[in-house]
Amino acid sequence: MISFAIYLGFLLIFVVFAVYAERKTAAFIQNRLGPMEVGPKGILQTIADLLKMLQKEDIRANAIDIIPFLFAPFIVFAAVFTGFSVLPLNATIDGSGVSSGVFFLLAIVSLDVLGILMAGWASNNKYSLYGAMRSVAQIVSYEVPLGLSVLCVIILTGTLNLQTMSFLQEGGLPGWNIIQYPILIIPFIIFFIAGLAESNRAPFDLPESESELIGGYHTEYSGFRWGIFMLSEYGMMLLLSILAAILFFGGWNSPFNHMLDGPIWGTFWLLFKALLLIFVQMWVRWTLPRLRVDQLMSLSWKYLTPLAIVMLFVCALWKLWIIG
Amino acid sequence: MSYLGNISTGFKTTWKGMMLSIKYFFQARFARKKEWVGEDNYFEKANGTFTVQYPHEEIPIPDNGRYQLHNEIDDCIVCDKCAKICPVDCIDIEPVRSPEVFGQTSDGTPLRIHAAKFDIDMSKCCFCGLCTVVCPTECLTMTKEFDFSTTDILDHNFSFSKMTDQEIAEKKREFEDYQAQKTKAKPELPAQNKEADVMKKPTAKPVFKPRIPKKK
Repeated sequence: MISFAIYLGFLLIFVVFAVYAERKTAAFIQNRLGPMEVGPKGILQTIADLLKMLQKEDIRANAIDIIPFLFAPFIVFAAVFTGFSVLPLNATIDGSGVSSGVFFLLAIVSLDVLGILMAGWASNNKYSLYGAMRSVAQIVSYEVPLGLSVLCVIILTGTLNLQTMSFLQEGGLPGWNIIQYPILIIPFIIFFIAGLAESNRAPFDLPESESELIGGYHTEYSGFRWGIFMLSEYGMMLLLSILAAILFFGGWNSPFNHMLDGPIWGTFWLLFKALLLIFVQMWVRWTLPRLRVDQLMSLSWKYLTPLAIVMLFVCALWKLWIIG
Repeated sequence: MSYLGNISTGFKTTWKGMMLSIKYFFQARFARKKEWVGEDNYFEKANGTFTVQYPHEEIPIPDNGRYQLHNEIDDCIVCDKCAKICPVDCIDIEPVRSPEVFGQTSDGTPLRIHAAKFDIDMSKCCFCGLCTVVCPTECLTMTKEFDFSTTDILDHNFSFSKMTDQEIAEKKREFEDYQAQKTKAKPELPAQNKEADVMKKPTAKPVFKPRIPKKK
């Protein structure tokens, strides 16, 4: 329970600085400076933006379906944030002890499709509906390779509980799953690509593709409700990055075995690994162009899914013959 | 393309793109030098951030930049040439003649006309610089000042005349008195005679005749 509260606080602070980091990363990749005016080097820019956003009017168009429209952002956020409940924070602070662990996480997180579809449908707007449809198609398709790549790790470690999985990766760098079982590098790439699609991040940002759909499913939203969508998007990024850190990169384990170990250091290592992966997500966003809808589908069904199935088979053989 | 070929192209192109953008990310440690366009290596600094944070820093402007107009009113002989050449009529001059030479410009040209009004409306100015070319005493110049934006468009009308309303009225009166004295001093000629004088005058010939180029 306490990990849940810590994650909520961390998420809120993380979003403020992630938006700043995102803008700075974009700027540096594009030979610009990014926000520079508010605070030293523009560090308070997002706080100013946040204050502006909270003061905005909550605009409700005449044609909207009021009840789903008002509830959609909260359903999306609740679905994403419930995923945090099973994540451990360090060796002493565990998440919820659900025995289905990581499967519970993947299942509950897919519920955000429901909220996105509600938002798009209730907005009664062609852009919103297109965005919502694309989002649903995308998230449902990418659930498959995501689930299969997670399954590879589960086969090798033999547990669904993320805390147990972290304990299995003790012993510094050599203990990490991706080094212990080098075969996992391919499932990790699949997981990362599918994770980008799950969190609607570029190059899979078709649901919101601002250059063609204005804002996608959240076109009609403004003020605080729009902010909740933004918060869930960054929450999803953080969730999948922490999950990747736990599944492949040793979770809260220090890379130097027992050096720099302990509850505080554990938390630090977990979040450090996750933030590094988030930087890679941002780096990808400002490098690759957006995929077309048919390319998106062919990437998922023709490349990632078959590859994930093959990897699942290979991991099963590894488990049988090498680990025994 | 084959299935595996697609995968390998995908990986290669993604890798290349990612390496390119991370290179720029790390190059952002450096910023470009704030040099003006005349420097030799102006176009050789694609590396590093390019932004100039304008109000805090700026790129030097060459001395012969064509920006805000300035008139050194003490040197102005109010010849009206600038107002005539101006393609957008942004210079508004009201001359008041003086009975005698009342001063000298810094290059020794005698001053005979007071500038009761010398207004340049910079909101109309097209920055062609023709007025500075025709100015005989070189008192009208373009300065390096380019940031003169205001919230009121009327503030773009720069007034260079130093004369007060009282002074203007005084000078006007002075010249009117002088004119009146002159006409009084000259006895009125009979009307017939005057007409004859006009007839006698030779027609004015142009001093300068443009040369017509010969056709080849």
